[in-house]
Amino acid sequence: MSIAITTQIICFSVLSLVILIGALGVVLLESIVYSAFLLGGVFMSVAGLYLLLNASFVAAAQVLVYVGAVNVLIIFAIMLVNKKEDLKPISDIKSRRIISTSICLTLLSLLIRVDLTNAWSLSNPQNSIGEESTIRIGEHLFSDYLLPFEVASVLLLMAMIGAIVLARRDVMSKDISTGLPVDQELIEKSSEPLLTNKN
Amino acid sequence: MEYGLDLEYSFNEFLKGFGLSSEIAHIIWLPLPMLLVLVAAVVGVLVTVWLERKISAAAQQRIGPEYAGALGVLQPIADGLKLLVKEDIIPAKADGILFTAGPILVLVPVILSWLIVPFGQNLLISNVGIGIFLWIALSSIQPIGLLMSGYASNNKYSLLGGLRAAAQSISYEIPLALSVLAVVLMTNSLSTIDIVNQQSGAGILSWNIWRQPVGFIVFWICALAECERLPFDLPEAEEELVAGYQTEYAGMKFALFYLGSYINLILSALLVSILYLGGWGFPIPVEIIAKFLNLPINAPFIQVFTASIGIVMTVLKAYLLVFIAILLRWTTPRVRIDQLLDLGWKFLLPISLANLLITAGLKLAFPQFFGG
Repeated sequence: MSIAITTQIICFSVLSLVILIGALGVVLLESIVYSAFLLGGVFMSVAGLYLLLNASFVAAAQVLVYVGAVNVLIIFAIMLVNKKEDLKPISDIKSRRIISTSICLTLLSLLIRVDLTNAWSLSNPQNSIGEESTIRIGEHLFSDYLLPFEVASVLLLMAMIGAIVLARRDVMSKDISTGLPVDQELIEKSSEPLLTNKN
Repeated sequence: MEYGLDLEYSFNEFLKGFGLSSEIAHIIWLPLPMLLVLVAAVVGVLVTVWLERKISAAAQQRIGPEYAGALGVLQPIADGLKLLVKEDIIPAKADGILFTAGPILVLVPVILSWLIVPFGQNLLISNVGIGIFLWIALSSIQPIGLLMSGYASNNKYSLLGGLRAAAQSISYEIPLALSVLAVVLMTNSLSTIDIVNQQSGAGILSWNIWRQPVGFIVFWICALAECERLPFDLPEAEEELVAGYQTEYAGMKFALFYLGSYINLILSALLVSILYLGGWGFPIPVEIIAKFLNLPINAPFIQVFTASIGIVMTVLKAYLLVFIAILLRWTTPRVRIDQLLDLGWKFLLPISLANLLITAGLKLAFPQFFGG
């Protein structure tokens, strides 16, 4: 066995272990902050797996999108609303757990089936594109995957408009959550600097 | 353009002369460039800290450090030693694990980004295909470390500083990436080597700064904001937040933040010089000098000359930018957080988007000037 293959095997086992333990930690840990940080670790290890597969562009995109954007936003949200309060016990927790377990098991069996039925081995491993993949991904995004690409951008646009509507309540006459009319004056005032009112 | 010294090849050949296999030679070679870059980064920080102290002193009509070595050049080493032997304090109510992991997460991505900084045709650790994109991806990890240390300190000022740092670095990453994208568009490649080679045609005239003036300014502003330098040092604004996310840190953990921010500053300056100021290129092309001296371009003298002038030029350009950054720090006031976010989202983002569009249009219209 050459040194390169040994290194690859060591890297692969370490990364897989980190992914498995990290993912379990995300689900099982009590503290939501730890879960969020562990999620970042899991995303990073997945990027490491992509690197092992010679897909460096996908790995960097994974780090940029999932760690740099998604995970940072999750942590941001947790820190802005991190209230220390005891949650109310849910009455029908047992049936809920049974439903969620069955859904997860169904998804797992689906994944296992895909794993077993798909032919994973490349017919010609020498043909792997490696560093060329950036160009190839771009070509695909602007030819045969154009529609999914554009639909994804529409989805993002919808999310953005929704966020703006939620954040700028002054454009609405009624509060979305309570249904009460919004006091426009208060919102206008709060955006002024505090010091100007002190005279 | 296949000239220049290939140190790795010669080193491996040298080891093979002792009867070692090429794999062993490769393994012996591997840590050397990493160590070299680590040393270069730390020495760069020491020089920058000394410059910062001296230039700030000059800006405020003081003398600055003068007793530690000639002109106080040993002052940064004294600073470092002081931090090294200081007691490592973890506050009683802080979260020990996250408190320790935070500074590490801030420093490691910055050092990893040095992977792609070229000092010459073959003088970089790894010419990875994704090049400059690797830096953008790695620099997006930093906010997690900042949020982590801000949260773990269990201190209101720290948490506010961490949140501000994350918000700032998310907002400024987008115009930064867009202005890099315009350069990549002209180069047809993400690799830093290709980006520099694309600018090496006619010396100073072919540098990207003439073709991307808007991109250059946007990139420089965003780089300063990413480094949390004044006028964008809101995360550690002393008058409001004590020291932001660094408030509870002492000793070596504080030193990690300190190192991280200065390494980041040097890295940003290096990347500005690579993307816009011709990287290792001399203002007069080496080919003309070789012709003037009547030497072939592959002559050993010319090769050594090219390599050394490359390193000198890269470092010189980077330190010129560091000098400007230090001058800016000691002469400009701090912006408010709403002004900061306004500048990022309402001014820099549209401008960099327009810059990208215009670059694409110019590339189609004048392919010989804007990379066909």
